[in-house]
Amino acid sequence: MMPIGHYLFLSLALFLIGVIGVITRRNVIIVLMSIELILNAVNINLVAFSRYFGDVAGQVFALFIIADAAAEAAVGLGIIIAFFHNRETVLADEMDLLKW
Amino acid sequence: MNSSGYFLSHLWLIPFFPLVSAAVMFFFGRRLPKDAVNLFCVGSVFLSFLHAMGATLKLFSLPADQRVYQQILFQWVTPGAMPTSTGLVNFVADWGCLLDPLSCVMVIVVTFVGFLIHVYSTGYMAHEGGYYRFFGYLNFFMFFMLTLVLANNLLLLFVGWEGVGLCSYLLIGFYFLKKSADDAGKKAFIVNRIGDAGFLLGLLLVAATFGTVRFTSQGLADPTAFSGILQSLASMVAQHQLAHGASVFTTIALLLFFGATGKSAQIPLHAWLPDAMEGPTPVSALIHAVTVVTAGVYLVARMSAIFQLAPVAMDIVAIIGATTAVFAATIALVQTNIKKILAYSSISQLGYMFLALGVGAFAAGIFHLMTHAFFKALLFLGAGSVIHSLSGQQDIRKMGGLRYTIPATSVPFIIATLAITGVPGLSGFFSNDQILGHAFNRHMMVDRYLALWVLGLITAGLTSLYMFRLLFETFYGMSRIPVESEGHIHESPKTMAVPLMILAFFSIVSGWLALPVLWGEQSPFERFLEPSLRGVEKDAGSITFGHHTLLVEYALMAGLVAFVVLGFWLAYKLYLEQPKLHTKLAASWPRLHNLLVHKYYVDEIYDALFVNRIKDLSTALSFFDSKVIDGLCLDGAGWLVRAFSRISMWWDKWVVDALVNTLGWFPKFLSMPVRMFQTGVFSTYAVFILIGLAILLGVYGHHVQTFMRTLH
Amino acid sequence: MLDSVIFYFFAGIAVISAALMVTRRNAIHSAVFLITTLLATAGIFLQLRAEFLFIAQIILYVGGIMVLFIFVIMLVRLDVPLPQIRSGLQKWIALFVALTVGVEAGVVIFLARKAPGQGLLIPNPAPADKLPPNTEELANSLFRSYLLPFEIASVLLLVAMVGAVVMAKKRTEAP
Repeated sequence: MMPIGHYLFLSLALFLIGVIGVITRRNVIIVLMSIELILNAVNINLVAFSRYFGDVAGQVFALFIIADAAAEAAVGLGIIIAFFHNRETVLADEMDLLKW
Repeated sequence: MNSSGYFLSHLWLIPFFPLVSAAVMFFFGRRLPKDAVNLFCVGSVFLSFLHAMGATLKLFSLPADQRVYQQILFQWVTPGAMPTSTGLVNFVADWGCLLDPLSCVMVIVVTFVGFLIHVYSTGYMAHEGGYYRFFGYLNFFMFFMLTLVLANNLLLLFVGWEGVGLCSYLLIGFYFLKKSADDAGKKAFIVNRIGDAGFLLGLLLVAATFGTVRFTSQGLADPTAFSGILQSLASMVAQHQLAHGASVFTTIALLLFFGATGKSAQIPLHAWLPDAMEGPTPVSALIHAVTVVTAGVYLVARMSAIFQLAPVAMDIVAIIGATTAVFAATIALVQTNIKKILAYSSISQLGYMFLALGVGAFAAGIFHLMTHAFFKALLFLGAGSVIHSLSGQQDIRKMGGLRYTIPATSVPFIIATLAITGVPGLSGFFSNDQILGHAFNRHMMVDRYLALWVLGLITAGLTSLYMFRLLFETFYGMSRIPVESEGHIHESPKTMAVPLMILAFFSIVSGWLALPVLWGEQSPFERFLEPSLRGVEKDAGSITFGHHTLLVEYALMAGLVAFVVLGFWLAYKLYLEQPKLHTKLAASWPRLHNLLVHKYYVDEIYDALFVNRIKDLSTALSFFDSKVIDGLCLDGAGWLVRAFSRISMWWDKWVVDALVNTLGWFPKFLSMPVRMFQTGVFSTYAVFILIGLAILLGVYGHHVQTFMRTLH
Repeated sequence: MLDSVIFYFFAGIAVISAALMVTRRNAIHSAVFLITTLLATAGIFLQLRAEFLFIAQIILYVGGIMVLFIFVIMLVRLDVPLPQIRSGLQKWIALFVALTVGVEAGVVIFLARKAPGQGLLIPNPAPADKLPPNTEELANSLFRSYLLPFEIASVLLLVAMVGAVVMAKKRTEAP
């Protein structure tokens, strides 16, 4: 049986890579993909703990997160397409309409 | 009333048809083709005519004393209890129809001649713009005229009266782009309003005196439930509350008559009628021959019960009528515009009718109204046909010899001329004779009426003179038509010619209703009308007529004919045999000629007396307005406001704004570092989140550690 | 032993392809590497005896969401020649902070597993061959304890679907 720390380090690594992707990439699609990666890292955590505590609830929440990720991807990509129709770009640093 | 039959119980349909078609014209007319407009407008008037005819025939079939039919559609004005001279009265004015012999005659004349004029208009107006608008106005006009004629109370009659005034304004000003037409419309409207003020006062006085404005309660299902003017009058006279010649009767009669002078263009309110010739010719015919101008005559006849009790008012009516008759006839002698001549002729003939009313011969006045409607409509329509043929030429000096070029117009026109002048056998002869005969009969009782009779005879002679002059100048003699328009002369279309022929027929035969007069009997027309015009008082003081023998009757006729022939002979001499003679005549009396040409300077006098005085008043008021009110009050107030606002502005700018700006500058300055964080780019925000996470982990990491150790 | 080999194999694939995904210039390449990462994660799930999630991961993520991403990548214009990495100060700050977070979390986890007989070192997992059937257990839990969240999640998906359709719809000019 693997110690749980291995899974946690794996999860941490994927999470950090995802965070770096979110912060450094300019393409919004890749940013979205990085977010998927982050969610996936969380899933690994949940499943690992579920295994180690013998409680299936962790897997149930992993399932919810997958559903959430699907919804988020659908809406996020819809926004991207709408934005692309309007501005002809998918670069994140050109999306600065949130500024006052 | 239960056996009243379809036509009587549907009396309200008579004015309703033109109203519907007028509404269709006003709302959808622009999109309708001409044929549909013709169908609607002419058809609706024809339906009205059919219903009027049916109702009349039904009325004829009743016994003479039951020939009143009244129908109340709904209660219209119900202000409740009203104080009158006889105490509190529950005042009610309803929307209802009254058909008695008097309104019968009017309805038939109005719908029949109106229908012919509609048919004629389809030809006359065929090439004009605003076709549907014209017919919409015509139908609207018919609606109001029929409302006026069929009204069962004075207030509803007033509605029709005003509506007719509105429509005549619209129709006279039909060519509203032409300033003279526009002005003529306004003049007609304003002059009528002056008369209407008299009518309205009379109406109110009637309501206050009798407590009702309904003409009569006869013909109602329950005659005692609603009192009518006639019944109130009868009971007042019977109870000696008011006697013959009471001042209130005189006042009412004079006020109503003043209204009638406005509508019927009598002195002093006659000035609008000649100007009203600016409208299209069918309008002139409809308004100025048949309907509007006869409204005044109708009103006086309708209120004859009151007039008969006011001898002073009757005298004034007769004098004004006779004066107007002669006065207008003399003006007509020298006019050169064909329609203006006919307009003055109308005024003169209306004066004739008022002369008849004034001497108490109401039936004779209405009789003349009817015959006049036929031949004057024919004259107007004939004149319109002539104008149409000559492409708009209205000056008789530029006509002549048209008898052979446009026979379909000239033959009816000649018949109408013969009828109006009183050539024996035609309608005008009988009605003229009736009027003059009654005037003569009155003279036999009261000597001063001799003058009226003489004036009547002179008018007949003058009428003959100016009408034959018009005839000779237009249709006989040498053609004076300018050469360039000679080629354009064309006969009018069938739709115009056929109504002329029908009218010509009735111009001949309508007088024959009085044929029994020739052998000394009462005219059937008079007998038919008598129930409506009987009045309330039979004893001494009421109007009485002397009686003349048949021989005297023939002598009177001969006198009339003599005057007619004299007029004809003069016209023949002056205008046909020696056409230069009348210019010489005019040159030898230049002052008289000028006086007539300028229509006795009435317009100028009115201008000087009223119009210019009002203008002066306006100028003075406007001076006051611009100098005192505008200059002192408004400008002064404005200066003060500006001064204050300048001070206020300074205060605002340097104190209030400065304070606000300082206050605003503070948060702006303080927020400087915070604002730097808001870039609007989400990855920056993600970095902030991450920094927050790092800080949290750094500070609370050992708690997580402890927590994880305790997991079991 | 085999368990460890399988774990390290999948973990290595996952981390390497995740790193490649973040660094690739072409978005299509990124997507392919993300798929690899997700598949490797699915392997980890299997190794953790979560068979249902393994299937769900492959079907939903790889088969559903990633296809969606690839469609969108095809739909929009990708300016490949443009610099794909954010330049300037923010990038370095971000990297620094991310590393800080990683070190901090790593220290937390590492310290937590140090004490023997305590914490993360002594979980009590059931042996792999004694586990109840995973799908059955998951279904029991999902439809007994978590029925309401499940229904809410389905509503969320419906709303997301409608929202995506509305937003991605071609805007017609207002009449």
